[in-house]
Amino acid sequence: MSAEHDSELSFFRRYVFSLDHKVIGVQYTVTALCFLFFGFCLMMLMRWQLAYPGEPLPIIGSLFGEAAMPGGVMLPEFYNSLGAMHGTIMVFLGVVPILVGGFGNYVMPLQIGAADMAFPKLNMMSYWVYAAGGVVMLTGFFVPGGAANSGWTSYPPLSDIATTGQTVWLFGMVLLITSSLLGSVNFIVTIAHLRAKGLTMFRLPFFVWAQLVTAFLLLLAFPPLEAAGVMQLMDRLAGTSFFLPTGLVVSGEVQQVSGGGSPILWQHLFWFLAHPEVYVLILPAMGIVAEVIANNTRKPLWGYRAMVYSTIFLGFMSFIVWAHHMFMTGMGTTISAFFATTTMIISIPSVVILTALLISLYQASIRFTVPMLFALAFLPMFAIGGLTGLPLGLPASDIHLHDTYYVIGHFHYVVAPGTIFAIFAGVYYWFPKVTGRMMNSALGKAHFWGSFIFMNVVFMPMFWIGLAGVSRRLYDQTAYTHGEAVQDLTITSSWGAWMLGVAQIPFIINFFVSARAGKKVAENPWDSTTLEWSAPSPPPHGNFATEPVVYRGPYEYSVPDRSQDFFPQFTPSEG
Amino acid sequence: MRICGRTSISALAGMALLFCLATPGFAQGIADASGSASVADYGYGLPPDVSAHGHGIDQLISILHWFMAALFVGWGIFFVYCLIRFRQRAGHAAVAHPVKAKPAKALEIGVIAFEAVLLLGFSIPIWGSVKNDLPTEADDPLRVRVIAEQFNWNFHYAGPDGAFGRTNPEFISEATNPIGIDPGDSAGADDIVTGELNLPIERPVICEISSKDVIHSFSIPVMRIKQDAIPGMRIPVWFEARKTGTFQVACAQLCGNNHYKMLAPMVLHLPEAFADWVREASAPAEEFDEDDFED
Amino acid sequence: MSSHTLPYTVESHPVTGLYSGKFGTWLFLASEVMLFGALFSSYVLLRVGAPADGPGAWLSHEEAHLDWKIGGFNTLVLIISSVTMVMAWASLKMGNLKKGKTYLAVTMALALLFVVIKLTFEYLPHIQHGLVPSHSTFFALYYTMTGLHALHIIGGVVVIAYFIGPGSALWAKNPEYYTNRIECTGLYWHFVDLVWIFLFPVLYLL
Repeated sequence: MSAEHDSELSFFRRYVFSLDHKVIGVQYTVTALCFLFFGFCLMMLMRWQLAYPGEPLPIIGSLFGEAAMPGGVMLPEFYNSLGAMHGTIMVFLGVVPILVGGFGNYVMPLQIGAADMAFPKLNMMSYWVYAAGGVVMLTGFFVPGGAANSGWTSYPPLSDIATTGQTVWLFGMVLLITSSLLGSVNFIVTIAHLRAKGLTMFRLPFFVWAQLVTAFLLLLAFPPLEAAGVMQLMDRLAGTSFFLPTGLVVSGEVQQVSGGGSPILWQHLFWFLAHPEVYVLILPAMGIVAEVIANNTRKPLWGYRAMVYSTIFLGFMSFIVWAHHMFMTGMGTTISAFFATTTMIISIPSVVILTALLISLYQASIRFTVPMLFALAFLPMFAIGGLTGLPLGLPASDIHLHDTYYVIGHFHYVVAPGTIFAIFAGVYYWFPKVTGRMMNSALGKAHFWGSFIFMNVVFMPMFWIGLAGVSRRLYDQTAYTHGEAVQDLTITSSWGAWMLGVAQIPFIINFFVSARAGKKVAENPWDSTTLEWSAPSPPPHGNFATEPVVYRGPYEYSVPDRSQDFFPQFTPSEG
Repeated sequence: MRICGRTSISALAGMALLFCLATPGFAQGIADASGSASVADYGYGLPPDVSAHGHGIDQLISILHWFMAALFVGWGIFFVYCLIRFRQRAGHAAVAHPVKAKPAKALEIGVIAFEAVLLLGFSIPIWGSVKNDLPTEADDPLRVRVIAEQFNWNFHYAGPDGAFGRTNPEFISEATNPIGIDPGDSAGADDIVTGELNLPIERPVICEISSKDVIHSFSIPVMRIKQDAIPGMRIPVWFEARKTGTFQVACAQLCGNNHYKMLAPMVLHLPEAFADWVREASAPAEEFDEDDFED
Repeated sequence: MSSHTLPYTVESHPVTGLYSGKFGTWLFLASEVMLFGALFSSYVLLRVGAPADGPGAWLSHEEAHLDWKIGGFNTLVLIISSVTMVMAWASLKMGNLKKGKTYLAVTMALALLFVVIKLTFEYLPHIQHGLVPSHSTFFALYYTMTGLHALHIIGGVVVIAYFIGPGSALWAKNPEYYTNRIECTGLYWHFVDLVWIFLFPVLYLL
């Protein structure tokens, strides 16, 4: 019914300014993948300077001009721009958009049996505001002084007195935050109102639960950063002193500002967002991993309800742990003990979810498909990331480890081998739904093993570099004796990063070739149980030929006395 | 669920064993206590520890890592076992009926209990003593004001008279008066302002950390101390050095282009040698002050 | 738009008791609470943390030169506009588009009156006397908070103008849908008024 209508739309309305959640999801995914790759390239550049400080970068170095890399040698200001933009791009333009805007948009309405998102126009708008935010962010590289260079955390007063790139960064952030808000309203209403008949909350796939909690986090945590962004813009453009205390002296000059502000205020507002943001980065990733694991173990997820409750609990708790990022700002014992306690408490639901996924493997029948390889690798990688959070969450050990490479290693294990692997699992898993074609398994396995090995080569050395006491964000760690002592680890890490880049080649080839020439498959190639697999691949406008009805929970695999080892949510019981 | 149980029990047992072994920590000693530390004194583990309190931090870090390793290995064994034992193959089918995982719950409760012990037994007391319970006057602490700026550390000592001169941003001159000591204040006449942190060993030191411009972080890896330097605030931390030698003060918070170069030497003296240094260092300041009066 | 129709655009969902647009509006307002909440928290933190005297100290009432009578009058203007907004919705509920539109126009006029008073009797004289955002933390907060609020008012004016003009075409096709949209606009409008009701004492009286 909808196919004819669909074809009446012009090319622009169908593929560019589409209102269809699937097209918007694909737009998000492709844009975000490009940003992820771009952000990764920035890092590969930085890794040269870190491994071989002060040495000219062969061939590529000469492309950046005198303002950034004179004679192929990176300037500290360019290094700092790369660092700040790497963080910003990866978090706000890469991972969150692909998890929420991409997978969330494409898969969630299908999984709940909805024809579309509740507000299709809002959905389109949120993509285009995101795209505009991305473009604004990138223009930062072309303004005098280069892109923002005060770190992705943009701590004032440094960011208040930084070059024009910081203003561009703030405008970009305001757009990205607006986009997230529009998206999250849409997600919550869609999940609450548009579920298919019979799809009760506890029959929802875990992925949908993860998206729901994530949407609440985005909705409530982002506005304070927006407020902080407006205040920083005022500081930079209108000369206010929100974040500037009285008596500031920069380069020997007393600053002519009213003073009376507080640099710490920014940190509170920033981390009030940015800690929930960590869960925005990880919850949808756990959702993807749960889907793939249930499907490839051929048995129900162990402790589905416990996982759901843990996710909700994580969401609540994530609002009261933010100051564990600020242990070094002169905090007393009581406040640090409070935030250390909430931090220890928040580790419990994470452990519950991880344990549930792990026990789900017991008495399973594990299919080692490409998405499953990535989903399985997620478990130990996330475990390392989570465990190394302990020494950072305890204020006493944090004294030594705060702001060192240990922190970098810790959160990268959560988001790089963790979330990025979940993203790859999701791409391989839902690719046949989006295109009607499978991705090549041999190339996928090559991609997996390359990524798995080199991710660890990149990030594992960072724990030792951090234990040695090397601060993060150093343009050249050999300036310090303790940095020089672990320089060979930094070189190892750099080579790991470049090899990791090489390891992505099979994926890029696989992605484009399979989209055109992959093996054609029917609507449910993975023998899966959830609703999205009942729709044709690719689903038409409006998604389902007949209104779907749900008869049971999401993971009814290997139900006894059935000929097939899966019992889809959408299949009526016989008799 | 027997396997899961066995794994978690062995993990718990291993944890307990490692807990006993962990106590020495894995910080490296310094071969020559009096010489300055070179690259050879640092390794892939924690840097040398020259502080009185650092042992507690190192011990906590050490216990934590053994605990993490035990958990990870325990999980890892179960994980790999499942991957091999329950791989898809002919004649093998999944069991849909959920397993009872009481040992997993026991393990989770064990983890929570252990975290509580670490937090209450180690972290809070250490934190309290380093950041809150400053030495009293009876302990005769040495007070040093640490004033960070892009991209230098200024160390301000009260000098022989034991009183700090008043400071005011209006008097700041990068070349002659980097922290803006009021020339009209006699208490400031013998003050020492230097870019080299000189400290005695075996005496508590209170560093009052502040910043002139942006946020920096006062970090001495060998002293196991770190404190953000925040403009508009003056935050005290204290420590006591136990070994002589020359080390480095680092900046741990991104503060601009030359953040990576923002380091200062730290020289740890025997008490007598430190007294000599104070005498010598405060002398030129007096001369400077006299010149000032002649003008 | 598209061939499929999404449920709960007009009728209420049995569990939430809301149609989708209203639910979405409430969620949006929750995020707005966090936005202004962050600003009010900043106000508290900055005021408590300000130096007792000297540069950077908190401004006294006399120094701030804010006239509570102007602020109070504007408060009244917004409260009346909230009432006319309800009247607009009520008229539409009773099927009277013409009356509904009239009330919407009155609401819009009152909103514009608020903005004009704010500009001519407060912002401009203040700026002429050098009481600009960079003058002090108080004025930094004052301009940021009232400025953001004024942007919300202007946003509301744009939305109301749309529903008086091209947006009202929906009435012919689906009067209930149109009425719902006015109800959502009204929710937003009451929220914006409520923000002012907090801003007024915080900035003019405390």
